[in-house]
Amino acid sequence: MEKRVVFRHRWLPYALLAPQLAITIVFFLWPASQALWQSMLIQDAFGLSVRFVWFDNFTYLFNSREYLNSIRVTAIFSVGVTVLGLAVALLLAAVADHVIKGALAYKTLLIWPYAVAPAIAGVLWLFLFNPSVGIVAWWLGGAGITWNHQINGNQAMQLVIFAAAWKQISYNFLFFLAGMQAIPRSLIEAAAIDCAGPVKRFFTIIFPLLSPTTFFLLVVNIVYAFFDTFGIIHAVTRGGPAQATNIMVYKVYSDGFIGLNLGSSAAQSVILMAIVITLTVVQFRFIERRVQYG
Amino acid sequence: MVENRPLFMVFVHLTLILGVLIVALPIYVTFVASTQAPGDVLRAPIPMTMGDQLAHNYSAVLGTGLERASSGPVAPMMLNSFIMAMGIAIGKIAISLLSAFAIVYFRFPGRMLAFWTIFITLMLPVEVRILPTYEVMAQLKLLNTYTGLILPLIASATATFLFRQFFMTVPDELVEAARVDGAGPMKFFWDILLPLSRTNIAALFVILFIYGWNQYLWPLLITTDESMYTIVMAIQRMVVAAENEPEWHFITAVAVLALIPPVLVVVFMQRLFVKGLVDTEK
Repeated sequence: MEKRVVFRHRWLPYALLAPQLAITIVFFLWPASQALWQSMLIQDAFGLSVRFVWFDNFTYLFNSREYLNSIRVTAIFSVGVTVLGLAVALLLAAVADHVIKGALAYKTLLIWPYAVAPAIAGVLWLFLFNPSVGIVAWWLGGAGITWNHQINGNQAMQLVIFAAAWKQISYNFLFFLAGMQAIPRSLIEAAAIDCAGPVKRFFTIIFPLLSPTTFFLLVVNIVYAFFDTFGIIHAVTRGGPAQATNIMVYKVYSDGFIGLNLGSSAAQSVILMAIVITLTVVQFRFIERRVQYG
Repeated sequence: MVENRPLFMVFVHLTLILGVLIVALPIYVTFVASTQAPGDVLRAPIPMTMGDQLAHNYSAVLGTGLERASSGPVAPMMLNSFIMAMGIAIGKIAISLLSAFAIVYFRFPGRMLAFWTIFITLMLPVEVRILPTYEVMAQLKLLNTYTGLILPLIASATATFLFRQFFMTVPDELVEAARVDGAGPMKFFWDILLPLSRTNIAALFVILFIYGWNQYLWPLLITTDESMYTIVMAIQRMVVAAENEPEWHFITAVAVLALIPPVLVVVFMQRLFVKGLVDTEK
């Protein structure tokens, strides 16, 4: 799509674009190319000499138990966050779609966690599940479950998944509800006349027609779990205990900034960039399709 | 509603109420804890009803800080967060408006190249290029400055696309009319395009303010001086200290202070917020 009528000017468009392009080049393209270059270098322990090693950093990563563990942990974490966040939001949106009176009140009460920073969401859940003062940890203790995410890796993983999914429920809810309200009422009324109850209608009509929204949210939630949850991990578990929640984004930070292993951290950055680019392309191809059908 | 099923409606409302309660539980418990005296939040079960230390805890946190976590007062950190959030929101909107205007309303060599260069920023979040970006910041001497906190985050493909989409829907007749009346491109931009974009700008502002306020990794990387800390990043240090010296009545107060501004924005500007959220994902 192009404008039919345009302005002519020799330098004005370049001046208008200059600030955006300058920032993009200085803070995005240059560092990204540096990451690519550094990912092929190895620095000795004292930072005195640098050697060019081609893809050794990558080979090393994919043979290291720690990195493979981090990939596994990231997979569990992102599947957990996505499935939990989507399932709860879908249920809430499906029932909210039936409400007429008080719909706005419910909506307001459900959407505000979106505004809470991931790190703060982490702190809130950390406080609920704190082994010595947390109220939920105390309830669980009453039910015979000893909760200590500082020692138990599985519990630490569950805690960060809860915190991350909790924050994402509001976003998913808004998009599911909008998707449901876009479904023509006549279809639902016709099904109701044919004696399909609300549950049957959901599974045979609403959920299938919602699939574009579901797919879109699937991608958005995976991106969120991969990249926007750094604050949760850093505030709640710092990758521990014993690497149990050391997701890939956190590992880039801890290897680079705390471990000072520049080559390895850069190589991990490059791998993450490849993942973001893949996910963005998937998302955009899908959005193009959605525009055509919409 | 297409039929009358009272029992089903009971189920509907119960599910929603349960959902609202689960969503609210962490905040409620945190808020209640932030109103307690220190001794009451040392051991489970902590009280589930309001204490009487609300004013004391909050004024202590805002004014003097957490001594045992060796953290200064929180009020300046909130100011830093506010400056950062406003700077990012205004900066992103300003440079995106300009570049979208250039891309939509001009034909010039290198136009598509510029378009794709901006597009690429979408694919490179801070999280994937932590170290090299830090090095650039250090070379430019931007560590521990407001410029350093704001500038790198204002490049935005999303906002540029949003304005591009919107400009495409503006009728060509307006440009023609403006031209007939002798208006140049910048006059058209200020007097016609900008007023038409008001709602879009407001909706985007809401989303970007929340985005800016909630930044975590970036301030963590480039601030080492306590006077530049933002509240969202500073809380992590307090939590780490809390594992040895629990001061939960203070930490919970800081958490509440950190989440109140963006939550108020969402609740009171709900319509703009929802519009902004849906627009930015188009």
